[in-house]
Amino acid sequence: MSELTRPQMAEAQRKPGSEWLKNHPRILEVVYDGSKTILKLMYPLMNRISPSFTKKFMIWNEEVVKGYVFNCQMCGQCILHSTGMTCPMNCPKNLRNGPCGGVRANGNCEVIPDMPCVWVQAWERSRDMGAYGDDILLFQPPVNRALKDSSAWINMFEGIDEKPLVGWVSVAELEGSL
Amino acid sequence: MSSKNGLFDLADVTKVPTQFNHAPVTASDRPLRSNSRLERVLRSGRFAVTSEIHAPDSADPADLYKNALVLSEVCDGINATDGSGAHCHMSSLACSTLMLNAGYEPIFQMGCRDRNRIAMQGDLLGAAALGVKNVLCLTGDDVTAGDQPEAKRVFDFDCMHLLRTARIMRDRGIFLSGRELESAPKFFLGAASNPFVPPFDWRALRLAKKIEAGADFIQTQYCYDIPRFEKFMQQVQEQGLHEKVFILVGVGPLRSAKGALFMRNNVPGVWIPDEVIERLEQAPKGKAAEEGKKICIEIIQQVREMVGVHGVHIMAYRQEKTVAEIVERSGLLSRRSRDQLNGRSRRVSAPAEAVAV
Repeated sequence: MSELTRPQMAEAQRKPGSEWLKNHPRILEVVYDGSKTILKLMYPLMNRISPSFTKKFMIWNEEVVKGYVFNCQMCGQCILHSTGMTCPMNCPKNLRNGPCGGVRANGNCEVIPDMPCVWVQAWERSRDMGAYGDDILLFQPPVNRALKDSSAWINMFEGIDEKPLVGWVSVAELEGSL
Repeated sequence: MSSKNGLFDLADVTKVPTQFNHAPVTASDRPLRSNSRLERVLRSGRFAVTSEIHAPDSADPADLYKNALVLSEVCDGINATDGSGAHCHMSSLACSTLMLNAGYEPIFQMGCRDRNRIAMQGDLLGAAALGVKNVLCLTGDDVTAGDQPEAKRVFDFDCMHLLRTARIMRDRGIFLSGRELESAPKFFLGAASNPFVPPFDWRALRLAKKIEAGADFIQTQYCYDIPRFEKFMQQVQEQGLHEKVFILVGVGPLRSAKGALFMRNNVPGVWIPDEVIERLEQAPKGKAAEEGKKICIEIIQQVREMVGVHGVHIMAYRQEKTVAEIVERSGLLSRRSRDQLNGRSRRVSAPAEAVAV
C-alpha cells in the first residue's frame, strides 16, 4: 500500500531464507497445494467450532507465515501462485498485471532504486514454476480494497475474493457484444 | 504557395506521392471506435504522427495554444500529458478540452497515480461529454519522480484496469458497479508500452494483455535501440498483435551527450544505448543538437519500414518547433496530402530532405 516506507521495502528483501525460498518456487508450489488441501478440509470444522477464533487464527497465520516469506501486505485476495510466488502488493504502484514502463536497465524498481523490480523477479520465478507458471499471463481484476487485513484463505474458501464487481464484464462477453 | 485566390490547386495534390503504410482496416477487422481524426488516419492505412504538448504552468489558455499551433501543423493527434514526471501542470482534461474547442485533435492522457476508480469513471464520462475521443490509459510516474514527493500515491487501479473500465463503459454502457449509463462514451483507447526495459521476454505478451483489456492503439517509450525494438516487433508479429492494434513508436531528439546521459540515468524507463551517446559526443562542437535531430530522423525512417509499425509518436519536451522540423525533414508529410484530412487548404510541404541512413 502507499503507506509503505523505503526501509520497510528494503527490509522485505532481507529476511533470512525468504529469498532462497522465493527463488525455489517449485517448493512453494507444493506448499501452496498442500496448504490449500489441508486448510480446505480443516476450515469447515474449525468454522463450526468457533468462527471468530478461526478468523483470528487464519489472519495471524497469514501475517506471520506469508508476512515473513513474501512480505505479505494482507490485501485479502492472494494471487501469489499467479505471480511467480512474488507478492505484487510489494510493488510501490500496487500493480497486479505486470511491470510498469519505469523498470531500470538493471532490473531494479523505478521508485526504490535499491530494490529489484517485483515484476522482474515474478517473471523470472514464474518461468521456473511447473503447474502455475503461465498463470502470470492471466488478467487480474482490480483489488477489492474492502478486503484489506482479512484472511485470503477464508475469502478463497467462501468465494469472496472471486466475487467480481457487478460491472466487471468478461472479455469474452465484451467481444461478443460488439 | 499553391493556392490561387485562396482556392486549393488540385494539381498539387496529384504531385504528392500517395502510398499506404499498411492495409486499410475494414469494419469486419475492427469496428469503428470513436471516429476521431487519429482513428481515421490509422484506419485509412496512412502513417500517423502524434506528439505531446507540454501542459503549461499557467491559467491562460494562450500559453497552451501557442504550442498546440506549432504541433498541429505536423501531427494527427496531440497528447495532453497528465502531470508528467509527477509535476503539476494544467490538468490533462482541461488541456484536451481547450485544444478540442480550438480545433486541435487531443489525446487525453489519464494516469492511475492521482485518481481512484470513482474519479476515473467520472472523468471518462466527463471527457466524452466534452467531446474528447482519444484516451491514453497509463499507470503514471510515481510521486517520487516529481517535485512533491510528499504526496499520497493512489494507484487504486493499474493501467490494465483503467483500460478495461473505459472499454466496459464504451461497449456495455455501464459503470463498474453495474449501474447503467444513459449514454455510453465513444473512445479510441490507447495504452503505452516500453519494449526497452526488462523483463524483455514479457513485454510483447504484456502488450497482448493490454489489447485484451481494450487498447486500440499503442504509443511506445522513446526508441533509441533499433535491434531491441526489432526483437520486440518480431514477437509482436509472431502473435499477430500488429493486426489487432495500431503501434506508434516513440521517438525524440537528444540535445547533447550530457543530456542523453542524464535522461538514461534519471528518467524512468528511458534506455539510450552507448552508440547513440558516442555519436553525440563525436559531433563537432555546437553541432550535437543537429546530430540528435539526425539520429531521430534516421530512427523514424528505419521504424517506418518495419511491418506492424503504424506511426510515430514524437516527444520533445518544450521543443515544439523541433518536432515540426523533424517531421518535415523525415519526409513523413510528403507521403500524403494532409489537406484532405484536415478539410482545409494548406500548402503542400516542401520536398523531404534525404537523410543518409
